[in-house]
Amino acid sequence: MTTPLEPTPSQTIGPFYGYALPFAGGGEIAPAGHPQTITVHGQVYDGAGAPIPDAMLEFWHGAPGAPGSLRHDVVTGKVIGRHGLDFTGFGRVQTDADGHYLIQTLPAPYISVCVFARGLLHHLYTRVYFAEGDALLDALAPERRATLIAKLERDRVYRFDVHVQGGAHEETVFLEFVD
Amino acid sequence: MPPPPTQADIDREIAELRGKDSTTPQALRDYPPYRSSILRHPKQPPIVVAAGRDPEAVELHGPVFGVTDVTELSRDLTRQHTSDPLGERITVSGRLVDRQGRPVRGQLLEIWQANAAGRYAHQRELHPAPLDPNFTGYGRCLTDDDGRYEFITIQPGPYPWGNHLNAWRPAHIHFSIFGTAFTQRLITQMYFPNDPLFPYDPIFSAIPDERARQRLIATYDHDLSRPEWSLGYRWDIVLDGPSATWIEEGR
Repeated sequence: MTTPLEPTPSQTIGPFYGYALPFAGGGEIAPAGHPQTITVHGQVYDGAGAPIPDAMLEFWHGAPGAPGSLRHDVVTGKVIGRHGLDFTGFGRVQTDADGHYLIQTLPAPYISVCVFARGLLHHLYTRVYFAEGDALLDALAPERRATLIAKLERDRVYRFDVHVQGGAHEETVFLEFVD
Repeated sequence: MPPPPTQADIDREIAELRGKDSTTPQALRDYPPYRSSILRHPKQPPIVVAAGRDPEAVELHGPVFGVTDVTELSRDLTRQHTSDPLGERITVSGRLVDRQGRPVRGQLLEIWQANAAGRYAHQRELHPAPLDPNFTGYGRCLTDDDGRYEFITIQPGPYPWGNHLNAWRPAHIHFSIFGTAFTQRLITQMYFPNDPLFPYDPIFSAIPDERARQRLIATYDHDLSRPEWSLGYRWDIVLDGPSATWIEEGR
């Protein structure tokens, strides 16, 4: 086996990505009008407990996802978003001024999340789970496990907050993927 | 309120941290000279997920993009308006590969950048430099079958920011990149050769390994320059992180 190439390092997304990366309907992952659609929402917080107003979250459901999340109008070049029929499995949302985000998607055992923000020099991975009973969750201490499980607020509406920094009871569990 | 730190204060902090953790090829998340990182990095250790032991992890595959996700013109940032933008026209091209050197095909690259005067087309941008009505500064493209990409744009200007007194960012283009696996996701910044601002910048300096910092700097390539038209820069990108194809092939 040859020596692996050294990776290109990460840098922060910075404050000015808002006119480039977010796209219309980025949080509407479920096909339009799908009867099983769930809502997942929450806030992203920093280590002082303040909401982060310039974070970007990406969500991924796993293969096979269809292309077409970022569908473009060939006349204007503008992003017009999904056509609402296929499930691309991918979502991208920017937090609001109060650090809040919202997606509408389909039920899954868990959804992968990638967190970007000004001030964050290298993105963070986490997962939204909807129930206990998974090998990764079972291996965590109970107070850490709780940070990965969304709370059912009412029918089909789940709350999942992300604490980028905090104590063991508060800071979201982040994942590092290795070979 | 205490006065903002000076460049000399930041230089001292950067020098004190130099050599620490220099074996990692990545940017440190905890890097106090970059003030915004202080409350925005985790303090708890990450949970390590070994791909070989969890081959069903959804992160070992990634979102797919196709012909509907870009247009012919979306990789040319100089043709998004009615006239030509101000500034020095450049092309930036290179190859997207994984750590085994294999091309990453048909994947999405997105870029955004300041204009030639160092101003972003964003309403929170307060730098009193002119906006250019003929330049917005974002583009997208898909890599080809050899992992190649190319953007046509203008040379971005350096710009001031609020980290400390007299803070200036080296000129850069932001890149957002997808691999075949979500674990390979990358957002970074490409810099230009010989920028005098590198040693003063806490974001660039947050990468402790000198060789890793060099991997963010494009190379001027005269063969990519076009007569009477544009200068060319080459920048190759290597994605990190395990993917399903690694496991399926037994590596």
